[in-house]
Amino acid sequence: MTTPPLDGPRPKGRLRWPFTLRIETRLDSPRGLATWVSIGAIGVALLLGALVLRLVGGDPWQAYGHIARAAFGDLGVFSDTLVKATPLILVGLACSVAFRMKLWNIGAEGQFYMGALGASVVILSGLVPESASRPVTLTVMLLAGMLFGALWGLIPGWLRARLQVNEIITTLMMNYIAIAFVNFFVFGVWSEGGFQMTATFQRSAWFPRLSDFADQWPGLRGLTTHFGLVLGVIASAIVWFLLYRSRWGYEIRLVGDNPKAAEYAGVNITRNTILVMMVSGALAGVAGMSEISGVVHRLQTAISPGYGFTGIIIAWLAKLNPIMVVPVSILFGGLILAGREIQPAGVPRLIQGIILFMLIASEVLLRYRIRLVRVAAEG
Amino acid sequence: MDPVVILHAGVASGTVLLFATIGEILAERSGVLNLGVEGMMLIGAMSAFSVTVSTGNGWLGLLVAMLAAGMLALLHGLVTIHFQADQVVSGLALTFLGVGLSLVLGEGLNKAGAISLLPVVTIPMISAIPILGPILFTHQSVMVYIGYLLVPAVWFYIHRTRQGLDLRAVGENPTAADAMGLSVQRLRYFYVWVGGLLAGLAGGTISLAISPGWFSELTTSGQGWIAIGLVIFAQWDPFRAALGSYAFGALRRTILDIQGPQTLFTLRNPFFYNPYLGFFLQMLPYAFTIGVLVLGSRAAQRKHLGAPAALGLPYVRGERGH
Repeated sequence: MTTPPLDGPRPKGRLRWPFTLRIETRLDSPRGLATWVSIGAIGVALLLGALVLRLVGGDPWQAYGHIARAAFGDLGVFSDTLVKATPLILVGLACSVAFRMKLWNIGAEGQFYMGALGASVVILSGLVPESASRPVTLTVMLLAGMLFGALWGLIPGWLRARLQVNEIITTLMMNYIAIAFVNFFVFGVWSEGGFQMTATFQRSAWFPRLSDFADQWPGLRGLTTHFGLVLGVIASAIVWFLLYRSRWGYEIRLVGDNPKAAEYAGVNITRNTILVMMVSGALAGVAGMSEISGVVHRLQTAISPGYGFTGIIIAWLAKLNPIMVVPVSILFGGLILAGREIQPAGVPRLIQGIILFMLIASEVLLRYRIRLVRVAAEG
Repeated sequence: MDPVVILHAGVASGTVLLFATIGEILAERSGVLNLGVEGMMLIGAMSAFSVTVSTGNGWLGLLVAMLAAGMLALLHGLVTIHFQADQVVSGLALTFLGVGLSLVLGEGLNKAGAISLLPVVTIPMISAIPILGPILFTHQSVMVYIGYLLVPAVWFYIHRTRQGLDLRAVGENPTAADAMGLSVQRLRYFYVWVGGLLAGLAGGTISLAISPGWFSELTTSGQGWIAIGLVIFAQWDPFRAALGSYAFGALRRTILDIQGPQTLFTLRNPFFYNPYLGFFLQMLPYAFTIGVLVLGSRAAQRKHLGAPAALGLPYVRGERGH
């Protein structure tokens, strides 16, 4: 694997710049290089974003300053940031698991909606009576959310495994279908007085919040961070263990790195494809359930400002490492929280796009190095 | 529920999908998968509308739309061809970027007033042909006719010209193409760019002709993704792409029309009496895309047809193929 030097013979007799850029394949990978390259890429992305904001007549530094203050400025807003980070952790994990096997699940958004629907069905259909205790109610909601999300992952997973149907497009199409499906239930079945929301769930269907404990610890008053964050952190530990310490995770990573070798080693690719898509869907479903139970306390339209898509960027930025998904999600949670108030409305999305672009463009620096070398004197 | 009306409107709105699908076919034929069609279309729709609002010239709007989407496509080219980044992730990034950029730049455009649209044309003589005349050649946007011309032209280009042969060579076997003296990278850049131009044209066709105006993300509402699905159904062939695009256009119109009448085939129309069932109608284009993909994938398996062999793989001279 060598790349030929770019400096070929050139016409003689003219004065030339005595150095040339040379691109060489990296044989080593210095410790920490990947991290620094990622940080550099984000820095460049933020500068580019600032440039665009400047060009459309905004004040980028004010906008960035506002984002930083409105997301991490004090304990209250940081708690809100964590609320936004909670679904992001779970969808980020959903994407990481699937991407690790090179399954492009772009459908976390739809699986999120289905998870929310599943959690709502058990409450609104009366499957869980109002008198049921909180742990029972929440457990049933969680399982229903996982089930609905997993089902939404199963369909494209099965199509991919059995019929070789491209999962990128099917998962994406399933997003639109899920959102229309949820809208049907919100408007047509459970609408509360004609509004685009259902009735509020009973208290036993709400995740506990930090502010619920303000009686014992007054410092927690007004903090909205809910139990979903704990679920997210637990999930990231479980996913890390599954991927890096279990036989199944080894199989997934092997398929992702080298499907031929995995097949020769006897890995059942069909079964793993379906399983991974279901696990991925279930994680995104938990995100939807957690948002319903921890934040909105009912089912309504537009419960996600594109969490499922941000999950893709988070997974990539975390290099598909489940542990890294947590801090990256907190950063993006801040961006989404603070970005809500920024005009024009597309700014957070634009910045996310630029960050992802810079990240993948910067990966070339991990594989190659660019050196300035002296041009050899021509004999 | 008049079939002529539905097919007439289907050909019109299918033209949008047609441009985007043919653009993606050309890019994929050269070996580069570009999932950013949705973003490029939205940039195209936004810039076409914006330029037309401020200059009053729709043709200028279309030109700017194509160039803007072409620039985004070149970004994808740079990252995937030169930096050898993963084409899937880069395409997704392009979608985010295109959508975000058009929302930011298109801020306030939804309040812009009416604009003069691209001309609508009835072709004399052939519009008198029974059935086909009223559907294809009567009171259609000029873009629709451009679509009619584009399909055979692109087919001829791919299958009957030297340049088309080069295009296929680069997508099927870049190593051999390189040995033949073709510049794999330059050709790929070119076709990714052309794909962007056509995606921009598709976007401009929406905002200036088919459903005029700027409605932020709803302007395209996932049509870029449907186009990518259609490429697989079309098996990278322009004529099949036209068939699929027009059928999808007709489906969109049917969904609108089916909710109107009180009776449907002499039966009580459930969609009239329960408007909430309309949400299920909304799902149909997306469900059909999945169905079409299943059909396309099965056909490809059976006939051993398929994607260009080097689709999705970066080409590095001297490196063995994957």
